[in-house]
Amino acid sequence: MNATPLLIVTDLSKHFGGVKAVNRVSFELKEGELLGFIGPNGSGKTTIVNLITGFVKPSAGNVVYRGQEVTALAPHKRVLLGMSRTFQMVKPFYQLPAFKNMIIPLYSSRVKNMVGGKYGDRDAMALDLLEEVGFERDARVAYKVASVLPQGYLKRLELAKAIALQPDLLILDELFSGLSLAEVASIVPIIEKLRLEGKTIIMIEHRLRELFRIADRVIVLNYGKKIADGNPVDVMESDAVKKAYLGSE
Amino acid sequence: MFFGTIVYALINSVILALMAIGFNLTFGISGVANFAHGAFYILSAYATWMLLNFAGLPFFVSAIISILLTTLFGALIYRFVLLRVRGQALSEVIATFGIGLAILELFRYLGFVGFEYTLPVFIDKSFMIAGTYVDMQRILVVIVGAVLVLALWLFTHYTAIGLAFRGIAQDERTALSLGINSDRIATLSVSLGAGLAAVAATIIIPLGSIAPSEGYDVLIKSLAVCIIGGLGSTGGVIAASFLIGFAERFTDSYISSHWTMIVSLAAILIVLAFKPSGFFGKQKELEERI
Amino acid sequence: MENAKLNSKGLKKRRKERIDRGIKVRSNDIFAVCSWREMLYLSCPRLIPTVGILLLPLVLGVYWQKVYLSVAVFALLAISWDILAQTGMISLGQALFFGMGAYLSGIANHYWGISPFFTLPFATLFGGLICTLVLLPVLRLRGIYFSMVTLIIPLMLVRVIEATRIFGGTEGISGMAALPSKWLELYLISAALLGALFGFRRLMDSDYGLVLKGIRDNDRSVINAGINIYQFKAQALFFASSVGAFAGAFMTHVYMFVGMPVFALDYSILPIAAAVVGGPGTLAGATLGAFILVPLSEILRGIGGLRIVFYGLFLVIFIVALPEGIFHYIQRKYHHFERWVEMDR
Repeated sequence: MNATPLLIVTDLSKHFGGVKAVNRVSFELKEGELLGFIGPNGSGKTTIVNLITGFVKPSAGNVVYRGQEVTALAPHKRVLLGMSRTFQMVKPFYQLPAFKNMIIPLYSSRVKNMVGGKYGDRDAMALDLLEEVGFERDARVAYKVASVLPQGYLKRLELAKAIALQPDLLILDELFSGLSLAEVASIVPIIEKLRLEGKTIIMIEHRLRELFRIADRVIVLNYGKKIADGNPVDVMESDAVKKAYLGSE
Repeated sequence: MFFGTIVYALINSVILALMAIGFNLTFGISGVANFAHGAFYILSAYATWMLLNFAGLPFFVSAIISILLTTLFGALIYRFVLLRVRGQALSEVIATFGIGLAILELFRYLGFVGFEYTLPVFIDKSFMIAGTYVDMQRILVVIVGAVLVLALWLFTHYTAIGLAFRGIAQDERTALSLGINSDRIATLSVSLGAGLAAVAATIIIPLGSIAPSEGYDVLIKSLAVCIIGGLGSTGGVIAASFLIGFAERFTDSYISSHWTMIVSLAAILIVLAFKPSGFFGKQKELEERI
Repeated sequence: MENAKLNSKGLKKRRKERIDRGIKVRSNDIFAVCSWREMLYLSCPRLIPTVGILLLPLVLGVYWQKVYLSVAVFALLAISWDILAQTGMISLGQALFFGMGAYLSGIANHYWGISPFFTLPFATLFGGLICTLVLLPVLRLRGIYFSMVTLIIPLMLVRVIEATRIFGGTEGISGMAALPSKWLELYLISAALLGALFGFRRLMDSDYGLVLKGIRDNDRSVINAGINIYQFKAQALFFASSVGAFAGAFMTHVYMFVGMPVFALDYSILPIAAAVVGGPGTLAGATLGAFILVPLSEILRGIGGLRIVFYGLFLVIFIVALPEGIFHYIQRKYHHFERWVEMDR
């Protein structure tokens, strides 16, 4: 495994008017790690993801990915370099069947070779990818229109869309939110399989128990600042974290 | 000639700002682009005219009633039409555009065109300023315009409600979660914009006459000012109005009146090429959709 | 679609159920070749308009043939509008594309003496190119800027031409070469219409089209797939503006004249009305809308400016109350039938 960190974030900050959504956050991420981002609501977790993936421009700081300075790079270009993310608010194309929702990621030039060039068979690839995330092939779930699918499947669709791009860095924004325990339990193996394949993963989560089972490392944010960084057990023992979760309103 | 041009450039700038302020405010608060803006302007002018000539009411009373009616009309348009298509950009644009079109062309069809369609000036007097004659009405335009624009700027930047409006414009979802009724605010914004258009009409129309084509002109000018200044920014409206106002007047005096529109068009193209979101426009792009 | 209703007794509830027609199911996939009925069912929607459009010029009198030219031109402008609308760009200025193509072909013919056979492709290509370049900066901004800019630029161009008197000023350029024969005119525009209709429909139904629609529905998602949305938007803009420019260039040679009116609001409004009434989101709907509104406006010519009032009202009524448009309604009736079904609970 490569010794150079995959992702280096230095002094990343974002101000919205007077509000410091993200305040000088720095961390490094090694290849193959599964890093969890936790913190109370409004602590800046999603904003950090937006900053890393390029959907929001930082007020200060920089992001280095694979040794390359990407702070000013357009978001779609970062995807082409191997970053991929899911969105907290899942918004599929409701009137299309699930597998048709996969067409757009598969249209990307990053996976052109995989699909078999410009005229490759995206439909078949889409069905394969969906099966990998748990869309039962026999029940033809992938053919169902997105508007009839329950949240668990929609989240998995979102995951499939991110995986389709063969990312090296996969960022999952609250993947488990809105899911029942059973649904979460069925998705965790998929994430573990991704880890075995060598993917580096960042997960933003509120559901701490499920996250702690799979995360190597956890960073805690509060009011945009990093207040803890380490393995889950130590982090939860830290006073600062306890105060943030229990002490503040 | 130089100082005369400056005086008239100032007047022109304020006129442009008065016209654009309504459209800009509506969009700034609620994100509704009211393409019927020009129609509201003309509608209020005709309403005042009818109250003046058919009902025999004094001008001041007619004007006030007309402004109130137009404001109410704006609210009704939002309540009965825009509310149903809120959030779908395509439908919003087309709905306001269609309404504006229908209103202006209806007046044109009904024959409300001609020199008798005019509003009286407030005070009929002229002054000599810097070597040129300036009539009282134009001075009134500058005073009212400056006061209104300044008041609006102060309102949106320094009062609690004004700042709340801007907050909503920036992040509707958070505003909703704080219990602010987005639809009520939007209704307010459309009616305010309509009211401002009516005020502008009351002051400016006496300088010329009422004509449906003027409605399109007002819309074009308002859009031009907002594009150059940046949508949603009061400071941008002021800056852009002065830029276009001065450029037009100086072109008119020193080159020829034919070139004034070219100057405006060129200004737009240049702004689009170098700073597309306008002088003070916030280049929000992807940010605001997250 | 389900509408729960209480019947007069207030006891049992019913809902409306939409079911595929038998023939639709039977003609699914390979089974269509089973019999002529199924094959007809599938091919009729495509054959009837095609045959209709090809035969129409032959059966119409001279006056209505001229109207037909207008219909086809506005249909092209409506298709162009719809392509942009499906990508999330709402153009309030189809007149910009139309006028650009009109003037380019007029200039090429009048000043440079190029024959219509070459001015048409020249105006189409360069009209599309120029319009795309001018609107390029706006693609990065919020959608409303696109509408604003497309609205005012043609209107400003009218006044610029009037003021500077370039390219013939208010009088315009006349005495242009016409196309060799009336029949060539009629069939050229018919071919263009059918080509645009079926060609772009194919494009919009393909995966490429899905990307464009994706940009309209959820552009972050498309960016997240590593796709440069501005590139795709520019491509859609080029297609749409070229179609519009062709329409303009064509009309220049039909009337042998081009002047300020080509940038007028009329050329922007009617295509939108046609697309909205006919059914936004389908190019066939836009075409249908043109076939309805243009002859209607011809018949109602007597009432003058009132027509535009009606367009405005139609726009509002349809977009608010009947957003699916006429075409979708017909399509729904063709493929499905609806019935009331009692609900058990």
